[in-house]
Amino acid sequence: MQPTSHAFKENAREALGNANLQKALTLMRSGFPERRAAAIARLPEFEALREEAKAIKNHVLEHLDFYLETFEQQVTARGGQVHWCRTPQEARETVLAICRRLDAKTVTKGKTMIAEEIALNDYLEENGVTPVETDLGEYIIQIRKEYPSHVIAPAIHLVKEQVAASFRATHTELDPNRRLEDAPTLVAEARAVLRRKFLAADVGITGANFCIAETGSTIIVTNEGNGDLTQTLTKAHIVLASLEKLVPTLEDVSTILRVLARSATGQEFSTYTTVSTGPRRPEDTDGPGEFHVVFLDNGRSAMLGTEFQDMLRCIRCGACMNHCPVYATVGGHAYGWVYPGPMGAVLTPTLVGVAEAGHLPNASTFCGRCESVCPMKIPLPKMMRHWREREFEKQLSPAAYRYGLKLWAFFASHPPLYQAATALMTRLLGWFGGPRGRFRSLPLAQGWTQGRDMPAPEGRSFMSLWAERRKNGDAA
Amino acid sequence: MSEARDQILGSIRRSLKRGPLEETQRAGLEQRLAAPRRNLVPARAAALPHAAQIDLFLKMAEEVQTTVMRVARVGDVPAAVADYLSQRNLPSRLVMTPDPQLDDIPWGDRPMLEIRRGRAEDRDQVGVTACFAGIAETGTLMLVSGPESPTRNNFLPETHIVVVRGKQVVASYEEGWTRLREKAMPRTVNFITGPSRTGDIEQRLELGAHGPRRLHIVLIDDEAAS
Repeated sequence: MQPTSHAFKENAREALGNANLQKALTLMRSGFPERRAAAIARLPEFEALREEAKAIKNHVLEHLDFYLETFEQQVTARGGQVHWCRTPQEARETVLAICRRLDAKTVTKGKTMIAEEIALNDYLEENGVTPVETDLGEYIIQIRKEYPSHVIAPAIHLVKEQVAASFRATHTELDPNRRLEDAPTLVAEARAVLRRKFLAADVGITGANFCIAETGSTIIVTNEGNGDLTQTLTKAHIVLASLEKLVPTLEDVSTILRVLARSATGQEFSTYTTVSTGPRRPEDTDGPGEFHVVFLDNGRSAMLGTEFQDMLRCIRCGACMNHCPVYATVGGHAYGWVYPGPMGAVLTPTLVGVAEAGHLPNASTFCGRCESVCPMKIPLPKMMRHWREREFEKQLSPAAYRYGLKLWAFFASHPPLYQAATALMTRLLGWFGGPRGRFRSLPLAQGWTQGRDMPAPEGRSFMSLWAERRKNGDAA
Repeated sequence: MSEARDQILGSIRRSLKRGPLEETQRAGLEQRLAAPRRNLVPARAAALPHAAQIDLFLKMAEEVQTTVMRVARVGDVPAAVADYLSQRNLPSRLVMTPDPQLDDIPWGDRPMLEIRRGRAEDRDQVGVTACFAGIAETGTLMLVSGPESPTRNNFLPETHIVVVRGKQVVASYEEGWTRLREKAMPRTVNFITGPSRTGDIEQRLELGAHGPRRLHIVLIDDEAAS
């Protein structure tokens, strides 16, 4: 999809005025954080597991070439095939070639963010293959021609009335007078419609939460069971994965799984954790006839060894966005591409460029909650600062902002000048503030004074008070 | 595509500022894979005696809307299954995997149960399977695929009944892996924790999204016997 991250400010303004979105976000704000906190309180080892999970992923990233090669050997030894793709275009072509060879008409899909990243659905459709999303949230946004607003809850921006309207518009073969007002009815209808699609599909595509080097297995984690029907009932199972999904052993992935569900939905364990190893065996009575793993690089190998390497530890749990005050206010679509929230603010500029997505690392209050809840301890705020620095260096930020910063930097690196200037400003502002002690509007700070008054400074600066205390010898 | 493969691996090595790994380093990593070591395993289940692990397994399963029934002997299973179905007004026709683990159950004691053994089809509303292990830590079932246990039987029927033996209950996922390593890695390993669910509509929990709406465990307390 075409990113609209450059229009973050407009997107955000629109989001603030969207009543349905604001209602949906209110439901999210309390739900996820409370459930996560409760789940973590029940597991005394949680912090220690986080440290171990982080160490495992760091180890993988340092030896990524070895683990990818080993994984490929294992997949091949068990009758599967690994495909290496540098770009989204290569990945799309690889998937289409498999579908064409199997003469596939419809493809069922489990939830995969990589498919969103490479805009697979549009491509398949243009080439005569019908993709059917089967995760309920993904299905809803597919029929609404939208894109996900959250990495684990793609339709979190919608309320049930919107879902009902979309079902009526799409499931035209059903009785138009049927009742559709509550969630159970909507879920039952989707189940019945999608069950027929599962049974008719030729190829099943899923993502991968993890790829296990030891066994050549891929793992998906779901609650609905859609990814299982997708891969079990079709002629071929295609797994879309990015390079950094590798994990050495089944023991290592057990550690990471313990922090994943708790961080994501606050569940002890997701309903379905499925480990898939190669195609069906000769004596099996079900399972896919072919097993393909499509690896996508798309700039990730170049992130290694940079200040953004830690981002490759991300396991897509969504905890950072669930706890982000900015995300909770504007929702995921304002970010303008497939990865929203703090992890998107770091990852999107690496994937679509800082010129397009430079606003995102600025859409942060730097409160640090994202880093504090991240199960993989990714220093998200620090990396957003790196992006701000790059944006500044590339002269992408507005001229007034850059000159303002340069001016400030000049004063800040000359302390005597800085103190003299602030003392002067303090006195001037105090004087202009008059008896009310506040400003209704300020010439260079309209953004601030539109919503509230600016209090005028009183008395002296901290620096001068501190100097006075030191001189009087009572600083200790 | 091998050109892409070489380029990607080359790019990884360039970024990591090194060439291919030295032989000694490779050997170390291969050793790490050949003899997998356990990381920290939470004490919650691992620190308990086995009888308490079974209790925890059932308690954790119930927390996620799995229903459970404990029976003393293998011979009690048919009645437990028949009662479960009749109490909920569910059909007594069921599909059962051709799993030899289910062979010693005297299904003939309940002739009302109409049992077909084989692969589940879309029309099958109730399914019975065995399992590979029960994980006490989170009330999770571990099922493996094979000619006697097709994966689709775990997902197509609306009601999934799983027969678990007490000695199959282990503390952790790691213990499950250790047991599985004694055999070959199957095509599919399913960890199942409760019936299928979704929160995709206004974050309200709804059961029965695509997989079973009901998950029922019949646990045979075979500890004393074995």
